[in-house]
Amino acid sequence: MKTFFKRFYIAIIFIFLYAPIATLIILSFNKSKTRSKWGGFTLNWYISLFEDETILQALWNTLLIAVLSSLIAVVIGTAACIAMQSMSKKMRTVFMGITNIPMLNADIVTGISLMLLYISFGIRFGFSTILLSHITFNIPYVILSVMPRMKQLNPHTYEAALDLGASHIQAFFKVVFPEILPGIMTGFLMAFTMSLDDFIITHFTKGAGIDTLSTKIYSEVRKGIKPEMYALSTIIFITVIVLLFVINVSGKKSSQNTKNKAQR
Amino acid sequence: MKKRKLLALTLAVSITAATLLSGCGSSSSGGENGQVVVYNWGEYIDPEAIAMFEEETGIEVIYDEFETNEMMYPKVEAGATQYDVVCPSDYMIQKMIDNDLLMQLDFSKLPNATEHIGEQYWEQSRQFDTDNMYSVPYCWGTVGILYNKTMVDEPVTSWSILWDEKYKDNILMQDSVRDAFMVALKLNGNSMNTTNEAELEAAKEALIEQKPLVQAYVIDQVRDKMIGGEAAIGVIYSGEAIYTQRENPDLEYVIPEEGTNIWIDSWVIPKNAQNAENAHKFIDFMCRPDIALMNFEYITYSTPNVTAQSMIEDDDIRNSSIAFPDLSQYTNLETYSYLGEEGDALYNALWKEVKSY
Repeated sequence: MKTFFKRFYIAIIFIFLYAPIATLIILSFNKSKTRSKWGGFTLNWYISLFEDETILQALWNTLLIAVLSSLIAVVIGTAACIAMQSMSKKMRTVFMGITNIPMLNADIVTGISLMLLYISFGIRFGFSTILLSHITFNIPYVILSVMPRMKQLNPHTYEAALDLGASHIQAFFKVVFPEILPGIMTGFLMAFTMSLDDFIITHFTKGAGIDTLSTKIYSEVRKGIKPEMYALSTIIFITVIVLLFVINVSGKKSSQNTKNKAQR
Repeated sequence: MKKRKLLALTLAVSITAATLLSGCGSSSSGGENGQVVVYNWGEYIDPEAIAMFEEETGIEVIYDEFETNEMMYPKVEAGATQYDVVCPSDYMIQKMIDNDLLMQLDFSKLPNATEHIGEQYWEQSRQFDTDNMYSVPYCWGTVGILYNKTMVDEPVTSWSILWDEKYKDNILMQDSVRDAFMVALKLNGNSMNTTNEAELEAAKEALIEQKPLVQAYVIDQVRDKMIGGEAAIGVIYSGEAIYTQRENPDLEYVIPEEGTNIWIDSWVIPKNAQNAENAHKFIDFMCRPDIALMNFEYITYSTPNVTAQSMIEDDDIRNSSIAFPDLSQYTNLETYSYLGEEGDALYNALWKEVKSY
C-alpha cells in the first residue's frame, strides 16, 4: 500500500511536469491550426518553421543575447565577488544587499526604469540595449552563485601561490579560478536561462524591428500562436534533453575513469 | 595597493564603455533616410505586402509588433523608439489624441485612403477622431455571440441568452473589463461608454448574477473552445468568427439586437515620427485595393476598404453578414471611447468586485 502511494505521488508529479510539454509536442504534428481539433499528422510546421525568417532571426537573437549577456555577466559578477571577498564583513553585507535588491525588484519596474535611463542618455534602442539590460539583470544571479564558493576558498592558497613566484593573474587562474569554477558555471547557466525566457524587460528595452522569441510569441497572442512555435519549442526541448543526456553520460564516464585510475 | 589598481581598471573599463555607448547614441540622428518604422499588432499584415512596398518605393520598412494597446502606449509615449506608423484601436487613438501624441494627417498625400475607404467607416471613426484628422481605418469588426447550432436549438437574438440557466457551464465570457461590461450594459439598454454609477452598478449586479452560469472567462481561447465544442455559447470578435466557422461549420455568429461594440483599428502617425513623408506613403499603400485585399485574406478581419471588398472572389465572404454587416441596419453600435483615468479606475474597481465575488 505504501509503495503504491509512493508511486502514485511520483506519477502525479511527473504528469504535472511533463503533460504540458507532451501536449505541445503532439500539437506540433497537428495538421489543423486549432488546439482543440486533431486534423491528422503532418511535418509541415517544421518545414515552414525553417522557411520563416522572422522566427529564425528571433531565435538567433535570443541565443546570441543569452550567450553574450551571461558571459559578460559572469566576468563582471566574478570580478565583483573578488572585490567583495577582500572587503570588511560589514561592507560585504552592505554590497551583498545592494546586489540582491535588483533580483527582488519587479521585472516591469526594472524594464521601465531601464527604458527611461536609455532615453535620457539618448542611446538608440536595438540589440545593444537589450544586451545591456540582460547583463544588468544577470549580474546579481552570478554573484549569488559565485559568492558562496568564494567564501569557502582558503585565502592562504592564493598567498602561497604568490610566495612561490606566481604573478597575481597567474595565481588567480591557477589557484582561485579552478576552485570557484563550479560556482561560475552555475551562475552562467542561471544567467543564461534568465536571459532566455525574459519577456517584460526585453519588451521595454528593445527597438523596432528586433525580436527575441519571447516577444515574438507574445505578439502573436491576439491572432493565435502559430503552430510553427510549437515545432520550434519541441526542437528546443529535444535538444536540451539530448544535451543533458550527453553531459550526464560523459560525466559518469569521466568520473568512473578517474576512479579507475585512482584504484590503479 | 592591489585594490587601488583593480578599482582604477574597473573605472577605466566602465568609462570607455560609457563613451562608446553614448557615441552609438548620438549617431542615431533622424530625418528622412529612406526608412519607415511601423508598429502594428502581431500577425496583422501579410508579410508579402511589406515586401511589395519596399520593392515599389525603395523605402526600408522596420517592422515591430505589439500585443495589446496598453503595451504599445507607454513605448510610444516615452518615445524610446520613434515610430512612424502605429495601428492602435479606437479608444486608444482617442487617448493618444487627448495626450497630444499624434500628428495631423495630410490627406492630399493619401489619395487611396480618401477614395477607397467607405464613408460609413469614416463616420464610425468620428466617435474617437472627431474630425477625421488623425486616423485612417485599417481593420474593423463587431463583438457578438458565437453559438453551436447542435447545442442551442432556439434562435439567438439577444445578449440575454448569456443569462439563460439552461446553458449553465456552457457559456464563455470575454475576460476583459470593457468587453464584459459592454455585454451587461447593452443588455440593460445603456451606453457601453457610460460613467453613470447607477448604470454601472446595475451592470455589475448582472455580471455577478451571470457568474455561476459561466464556464470560463477567456480571451483567445474562445476560438479553440468553440471549435472543439467545449462550450455552447461564447462572446467573440467577428474576425475570429469567420475562422472558427471554417473549422467547425456548426458554429453561427450573431450581432445581438441590443447592439454591440464596433471596433476599428486605424493607422496613425505619432507626433515624434522621423519619417512622416514615408509614413504617409506607407498608409496610402495599405489603402490600395489590391493590398487591402491581400491583407484581408491574410488576417480575415473585415476591411473598411470597399473597393477591396468588391474584389473578393468568394461570394459567401464578400456578402457575409459576419464580415460585412450592413451597418445602416443597426442604430445601436458604438465604439469604445477613452473614459479618462477616473472612468478606467471605476470600471476596474467594479470588475474586480465581479471577479472576486
